[in-house]
Amino acid sequence: MNLSLTAADRAAIVVSLELAAVTTLVLLVLGTPLAWWLARTRSRWRTPVEALTALPLVLPPTVLGFYLLVILGPRGPVGSLWEAMGGDRIVFSFPGLVIGSVLYSLPFVVQPLQNAFTGVGRRPLEVAATLRASPLDRFLSVAVPLARPGFLTATALAFAHTLGEFGVVLMVGGNIPGRTQVVSIAIYDHVEALEYGAAHTLAAVMLVFSFVVLLAMYALNRSFEAPRL
Amino acid sequence: MAGAVPTPPVEARLRLARSGFTLDVDLEIPGRGVTGLFGPSGAGKTTILRALAGIERMTDARVTVAGETWDDTATGRHVPPHRRRAGYVFQEPSLFPHLDVRRNIGYGHRRTPAGERRIDVEEAVEWLGVRPLLDRRPDGLSGGERQRVAIARALVTSPRLLLLDEPISALDRESRAAIIPYLERLPAHLSMPIVYVSHSLRDIARLADHLVWLVDGRVRESGDCAEIVARIGDRGGVPEEAGALVEATVSRHEPADHLTVLDGPWGPILVRRLARETGAPVRLQILASDVSLGARPEEDTSILNQFPMRVAALGETAPGEVRVELRGRAGDGPPLLATVMARSARHLGLREGVDVVARVKAVAVLE
Repeated sequence: MNLSLTAADRAAIVVSLELAAVTTLVLLVLGTPLAWWLARTRSRWRTPVEALTALPLVLPPTVLGFYLLVILGPRGPVGSLWEAMGGDRIVFSFPGLVIGSVLYSLPFVVQPLQNAFTGVGRRPLEVAATLRASPLDRFLSVAVPLARPGFLTATALAFAHTLGEFGVVLMVGGNIPGRTQVVSIAIYDHVEALEYGAAHTLAAVMLVFSFVVLLAMYALNRSFEAPRL
Repeated sequence: MAGAVPTPPVEARLRLARSGFTLDVDLEIPGRGVTGLFGPSGAGKTTILRALAGIERMTDARVTVAGETWDDTATGRHVPPHRRRAGYVFQEPSLFPHLDVRRNIGYGHRRTPAGERRIDVEEAVEWLGVRPLLDRRPDGLSGGERQRVAIARALVTSPRLLLLDEPISALDRESRAAIIPYLERLPAHLSMPIVYVSHSLRDIARLADHLVWLVDGRVRESGDCAEIVARIGDRGGVPEEAGALVEATVSRHEPADHLTVLDGPWGPILVRRLARETGAPVRLQILASDVSLGARPEEDTSILNQFPMRVAALGETAPGEVRVELRGRAGDGPPLLATVMARSARHLGLREGVDVVARVKAVAVLE
């Protein structure tokens, strides 16, 4: 059995890691204000937004991928507008993958963050307000530090979840080696081609890597545990 | 610290309409000293404090502090809490768990512009005795320690108004006893108005100069603390605490008999030996149940304190029981309350204007 990795395999690993990293970053930037709003608002829009955010949890990934393909494709509403403005084709490209991954992993970031922000409660923020902290100041100096475990969980989940994507990536990405071929699909291809050695190697590499990342995240989480009074 | 210009009073007209509860108050809080806000649970005391701090919106509000308008529903003005400079100490110690004591106290201080700082961290740490705690974390402190840190933290923002929401109610008896001396000494250091909320008449009696009695979202009475305390008594839901607050000064000591003679509003008052110097002010509480009445002074009695008084008012408080309000025969001075049986009141012919002698069995020195 041939256990070595081809260049294509190595490229797949790189694409997977890049995708996971970029997706996680984008989700932290977009997901934090969304989670904060959801944790604090009393608006009647909260329930539908919560449901929408949770949708990727229950939707079959291929369904999500399919709709993204349609919307972002050259004949879809977003894709055609984008390309008319001079943009590159979104589908079958890395940016397209990112969009798909962001939507797919959204609840994995928003939910832990929302729970963490809810857990902070109103009192520390009221106290900070009476101590002359502006709303943004209160958020950064009190809410974020107290929600730190939530941030670590969100980061770990987003990263791990994106690494494991298959359906969405296949639909939107097109499995182009070196550009949109991720490890999960590469493993599938190897199995289809009866190249079990390569499949073993790739799978083992990803398993070990994912586990180490998660281990590191949770160890960090423990050392940062904010004391609860 | 003490300004030459008298501070204008805090004016607050607040109205809040919620299902099941209405708050409708028009308050004038003196610009200096401690104003007690007393009332049963649910009366709206915390709501008032939160409205003053700006962390709760009212249906209708007009709040002026130190000449600045913080709230005016008519013009739509609402100064957000972080711009108000209202220090707030919450009922449950609410220290930031992710910061040690030093950084907790420093939190507000850092956000106070240098030009506005009147109280510095060192002073607050001294007054509240929290220096040994500076490097500790909140979760390692007792309730009383946390509250002292919380008070110091609120003070270093040099607030224009200090709000204390039942700061010792959530503490055990020992912690409460330990923290009260700090609270008593605090107003002397501060020049801003202090509002102290409590449902314990005893605590308020010790600390407040001015009192607002709140029931069901409305002000029942407000005025000088001693006057109001005498009137609250059993109507405030604390019949066993019905009594008079009296201010006196130490006149001299009689060490042989282990007594101290105080200069009181109706004459000398004898109490157990006090460790205070001559001329020191003392606040006393005389419970109505410890006062008995007679037509004339009695010589053959164990009771040390007898005062010539005159009946100002009386009324039945319970079946067969009468509460008598007494004033000095010159008509001045604080009221003294006595609880007597209706039969005794009849026997003595007690009516408004009748002269009696009040015999005080026990005088509690509040310290």
